[in-house]
Amino acid sequence: MHLGRVIGRVVATTRTGGLDGIKFLVVQPLDKYRHDEGTPVVAADAVAMAGTGELVYYVASREAAEALPERFVAVDHAIVGLVDQVTLSEDPA
Amino acid sequence: MKLAQVAGTVVSPISHSFFEGQRLLLCDLVDPDGSENGYLIAVDVVDAGVGERVLICDEGTSARQIFGITTGPIRSVIVGIVDDVA
Repeated sequence: MHLGRVIGRVVATTRTGGLDGIKFLVVQPLDKYRHDEGTPVVAADAVAMAGTGELVYYVASREAAEALPERFVAVDHAIVGLVDQVTLSEDPA
Repeated sequence: MKLAQVAGTVVSPISHSFFEGQRLLLCDLVDPDGSENGYLIAVDVVDAGVGERVLICDEGTSARQIFGITTGPIRSVIVGIVDDVA
């Protein structure tokens, strides 16, 4: 699992089966110091409470679909938690 | 499995039900020589402490087996504390 920041949402009214009712958010992957790292991904919001600007952690690959009520769906990234605090032993920020 | 060093803790008050009550640690992935190579957030089941070198199992089915479940969005689990890499 990795840290990410929600930077937008995706509206897609035409979807493949099993994706109805799932909120899709654009997530910018972050490094451990919460700096942008890599290209944004579209993730399903499995906590249904994430909003733009929020720090989250997300799971990728097969486990992303496991986070959703319907388990065999075409999802490869899912937000599984909102992050309140990250405490590092060595934090330059 | 992957070698890692625990860099810190992650506090998540709102999460998928699987993660409620689980301890999340941010771990630097390290090469055997100690150089960093990215990071992972993993669930801790061995009471690892910050600064310790650990073994992370980063595979879903094995992770679910550790928790005795067949479904759940878990993939990265700290499964051991490393004493030495020779």
